[in-house]
Amino acid sequence: MIRIECPWCGLRSETEFTCGGQSHIARPADPAAVSDREWAQYLYQRENPKGLHYERWRHTYGCRQWFNVARDTVTHEVRAVYRMTDPKPALGGEGA
Amino acid sequence: MKQTLRRLPHARVDAGKPIRFTFDGQHYEGLAGDTLASALLANGVGVVGRSFKLHRPRGVLGSGKEEANALVQLERGEYTEPNARATLVPLYEGLEACGQNAWPNVHSDLFGALGLFKRLLPASFYYKTFMWPSWHRWEWLVRRIAGLGTAPQSADPQTYLKQNVHADVVVVGAGRSGLEAALEAARDSACRVLLIDEQEEAGGSLLASPSDADRAWLAAALREVAARENITRLQRTTVNGYYDNNVLAALERLGNHLGPAGAGPVRERFWRIFAGRVVLATGAIERPLVFPNNDRPGILLASAVREYSHRYGLTLGERIVFYTNNDSAWRTALELVEVGLPVTAIIDIRPAVDTALRQRAEDAGITLYPGTAVTNTRGRRGLRRLVLHRLTGQGEALGAPAGTLDCDVLAMSGGWTPTIHLYSQSGGQLRYRDGDACFVPERAHQAVTVVGRANGEFPEPLHLQPQWLTPGVSPEHQWVDFQYDVTASDIQLAARENFVSVEHVKRYTTNGMSVDQGKTSNVNGLGVLALATGRPIPEVGTTRFRPPYHPTTIGAYAGIELGGLYTPFQQLPAHAAHVAAGALFEDYGAWQRPACYPQPGEDEDAAVAREARAVRSAVGLLDYSPLGKLEVHGPDAREFLNRVYLNNIRTLEVGAARYGLMLNEAGIVIDDGVLVCLAEDHFLLHTTSGGASTIHQHLEEWLQCEWTDLAVIVNNATTQWATLMLSGPRARSVLQQLDSDIDVGREAFGHMQYRAGRLLGQPCRILRASFTGEVSFEISVPASCGQALWEALMQAGAAQGIVPFGIETLMLLRTEKGYLHVGADTDGNTMPQDLGWGGAVAKKPDDFIGRRSLSQPVGADPDRFQFTGLELLEPDARTVSGAHVLTAAGESTAGYVTSAYYSPNLNRSVVLGIVAGAREREGEVVTIFYAGRRQRARLVKPGAYDPAGEAFNG
Repeated sequence: MIRIECPWCGLRSETEFTCGGQSHIARPADPAAVSDREWAQYLYQRENPKGLHYERWRHTYGCRQWFNVARDTVTHEVRAVYRMTDPKPALGGEGA
Repeated sequence: MKQTLRRLPHARVDAGKPIRFTFDGQHYEGLAGDTLASALLANGVGVVGRSFKLHRPRGVLGSGKEEANALVQLERGEYTEPNARATLVPLYEGLEACGQNAWPNVHSDLFGALGLFKRLLPASFYYKTFMWPSWHRWEWLVRRIAGLGTAPQSADPQTYLKQNVHADVVVVGAGRSGLEAALEAARDSACRVLLIDEQEEAGGSLLASPSDADRAWLAAALREVAARENITRLQRTTVNGYYDNNVLAALERLGNHLGPAGAGPVRERFWRIFAGRVVLATGAIERPLVFPNNDRPGILLASAVREYSHRYGLTLGERIVFYTNNDSAWRTALELVEVGLPVTAIIDIRPAVDTALRQRAEDAGITLYPGTAVTNTRGRRGLRRLVLHRLTGQGEALGAPAGTLDCDVLAMSGGWTPTIHLYSQSGGQLRYRDGDACFVPERAHQAVTVVGRANGEFPEPLHLQPQWLTPGVSPEHQWVDFQYDVTASDIQLAARENFVSVEHVKRYTTNGMSVDQGKTSNVNGLGVLALATGRPIPEVGTTRFRPPYHPTTIGAYAGIELGGLYTPFQQLPAHAAHVAAGALFEDYGAWQRPACYPQPGEDEDAAVAREARAVRSAVGLLDYSPLGKLEVHGPDAREFLNRVYLNNIRTLEVGAARYGLMLNEAGIVIDDGVLVCLAEDHFLLHTTSGGASTIHQHLEEWLQCEWTDLAVIVNNATTQWATLMLSGPRARSVLQQLDSDIDVGREAFGHMQYRAGRLLGQPCRILRASFTGEVSFEISVPASCGQALWEALMQAGAAQGIVPFGIETLMLLRTEKGYLHVGADTDGNTMPQDLGWGGAVAKKPDDFIGRRSLSQPVGADPDRFQFTGLELLEPDARTVSGAHVLTAAGESTAGYVTSAYYSPNLNRSVVLGIVAGAREREGEVVTIFYAGRRQRARLVKPGAYDPAGEAFNG
């Protein structure tokens, strides 16, 4: 079990959170203008890195707020926690 | 095995406190401080169980967690516990236990004859032998013969708790190393130390030491631990799991040592431990030696003989012989002699042993057999005699016979295996240390240190010479895993059949898969496999350790979340009124809702039919409070909802209501409901009953993650309001009797309109929508007023024939009308064009969630399952939701029945479904298939009742 530092509530146990998968996925500005393939990639194509993964989590049994977590998928180490509107931090060690 | 009439004077049991117990129906007496195993040994009970596969008689092998043989069925009835290790069961007054896997008992087991056919039952024999004609023909027989304890048949009457704890340092194991580590950490008074030990008392292997110095050290250390306010000690607590972020799981046994009669309210407590730093002081487990018939009762681990002698004061035998490949057993033998026990010989596979040890042994009158192997054992009910051979060189081959040796106890030591289960679970890497033939911690992955023998730090050097199996004699009866009857020949067979991976060999032979998870057999199994495949042990590798380290009661995982506490539930604001009205409650999501209100003598179908007729002919009242009510506020609320709904929200005027569909980004319909515009920047959004939280989360995710620039707040107000649905041709006249400032007259308040005002002196919101097809008022008042409103409406409607109706009746009524129920009449593929909403999509000028997905190729597939009515052609026919609609060829599925009821208003079945291409196939006849029966049905427009839609304007 991992523990996560909620930006609003502090360090809490994983059981209070819900993982929402990969973060920083840009929704096409004009969906009508993109091809079927591009739309399908936006919908379904996700990274599956061995190493650093930027994902979004919700503090479901707390403040119910979404935020970003940079987590190592091998060690489960939480490298960074930042708000949804913050830019993606460069941490090094991005997985392949 | 010798009966011990009087315990040795230095034993830690209380000779003044006899305890009576029964084993296999026989009455015995032990002493306070005994385990079931030590008490049985004291009474000379040599055979305590039968092996899993071959039903070989088995005696006690070890003295703790490593025990592979002495598995018993503890207690009876609802308190019974299978596979209890007799070595871990503290003796209490009136304890009852039985040996397992034997009939009628462990002494005269009828299946014991299986042992004669061992050659026919090699590794994997289940897979190979019972294939014809099929495994199922044999399963009952195999299940009867093979197996261990019996699971309890009735519910567990005992209570289990769960608790969380945080500590700066967690020390696992309160032997010498653990006590030292805890005291060291506790020097910093700000450091919270948690010291956890699994035994009945702290001390670890110090408890088995006869030395006065050891005992004095232990007593002093325990006094100091008790004096430290920052040390919390959990005794009788086994750490079973080590997870990420230094989270550990442990099981504390609170009442087990008192038995069913003496136990307090809580039997066990499951601890979830959050540790800053972990110190593992988990000790080491001695390994058996592998030689022919090494499973005979009377053959024990040397460490167990030591513990039974000094901790429990047992004499065990008249002629105790040691068999070893290392120095530690020599020291144990010499300790025994010092307290006067009859050690007659030491057999050592090593040709040369440390001179000082030799000298001390010879001085003690012990006969020595260096460079010698035990090549067989004899004795019907227990050990009587050993057969010996000389070993040549460094033990590679067998030399000349060395005669026989009479004895009744053989204490064996094949070396030591550090208990690194938790360390391995924590992700730490292991290294094979050749000198001691064991795996030791190499590189930790978390904040954990391993100390003492768990780290391979043995108090004195072992000078070990590995011998994984006895050379020159058949491997057939050389046991590796005692519990599952795995012998050296089984592992060799797996190697011959080309199993290479140690994980595969484990599963094929079942070596290490028994209840003890290979605590004594893993390393020996690796050794045999390494020899058979000609690889060094580090190359063979070791199997991965996974939680739990020791079996955990399922009740402890469940805790108190059972029965009524299994899952949180919600009750309606007028729950008491429904109980009084005789409601039949069912769970709908978390809500306990009336399905219907059966009158005396009515079954559920009859009640639903009566209620449905009353709603169509007079008026009915439904508690509709779970209807989702989300309030959306803010300057960007309209823009947000226009992106969320398929429908055009820009044109929705203040005070107006509009039915809307909500999709996910993949274009799938996830919810529907009526949206009301309360003010220019304030909307009330109704969701499917039970869907409120899900849709609330859906909206929040889009606001928080995607459209962070929109100024909108969403509040789930569902439970703030009680909502009652008054429905039927007389609904208006009933409502008109209640004091209100809202004109509910036909002209003043039309269908799909909304009013806010006061009712019976309370704030109220009334929506005129209809899910029954009749005139309906969905009336919301503050939740605390729900029951009062319910009673007022029932009273006002009494003269009009009002009936309370339940959710099943509502479902029947809406099916008669052909109204869609999202989740019932849709599936995970349903898009709006499948529901007849394709036109609305085309007309909307703006983008909305899921829109782009509708024009992907999948959205234009002509075989999409589409919403339709189904008219059964045979008179009086019925069907069920879930029935298949077949393809034209009748061979596969082209749709499903999704809602099916027998209509008391139409006197025939009303059926809805989703069928391939249904919107283009109206009028076609299809076949419905269910439970082997076929029925014909015509695809029709949904809505068999009042197709013109006149009733709801009434």
